[in-house]
Amino acid sequence: MATEEESAVKEPLDLIRLSLDERIYVKLRSDRELRGKLHAYDQHLNMILGDVEEIVTTVEIDDETYEEIVRTTRRTIPFLFVRGDGVILVSPPLRTT
Amino acid sequence: MLFFSYFKDLVGREVTVELKNDLAIRGTLHSVDQYLNIKLENTRVVDQDKYPHMVIQCVDYNSVFSFCKLSVRNCFIRGSVVRYVQLPPEGVDIELLHDATRREARGG
Repeated sequence: MATEEESAVKEPLDLIRLSLDERIYVKLRSDRELRGKLHAYDQHLNMILGDVEEIVTTVEIDDETYEEIVRTTRRTIPFLFVRGDGVILVSPPLRTT
Repeated sequence: MLFFSYFKDLVGREVTVELKNDLAIRGTLHSVDQYLNIKLENTRVVDQDKYPHMVIQCVDYNSVFSFCKLSVRNCFIRGSVVRYVQLPPEGVDIELLHDATRREARGG
């Protein structure tokens, strides 16, 4: 019936549907990550997230010591549209944070 | 079509478009199309000192304040160069978004 069709998980996008209105973790290109509440998405993985935290990771190399300094920059955005072509993966939030 | 409809409902609201080259542009949403190309009015660059691309002239009034004439007031942004669009939180009913997403995901 109609309700069975709705909840059937047939393809990867259906897995994302299970996370609607839940918090998710999104890995983006350019070493960026987002954590936020999924409000909308489409087949391109364009998304609208609420209460988002963005983490940007940069690696600096010291001129003298050549050591790698890994930095993370965080910011929060209340309501954000994310264009799908930047998305690498979508997942429930990782337990470690 | 979901996000096209969503952005059409947002016309007239203030948004901040962040591009893939890290430039952030704040402005009033004038229009959008099916490719999510965006037209903004009354644009200003967020954090002007860092991204002086759009400033053509700055006049310093005795260091009391400085006024920068922007070369761009209205702009057309190709959808593919957008990374994020920061939206007004009171934009649209969230439940409506959830329902529309479920319908779209099923049809797609």
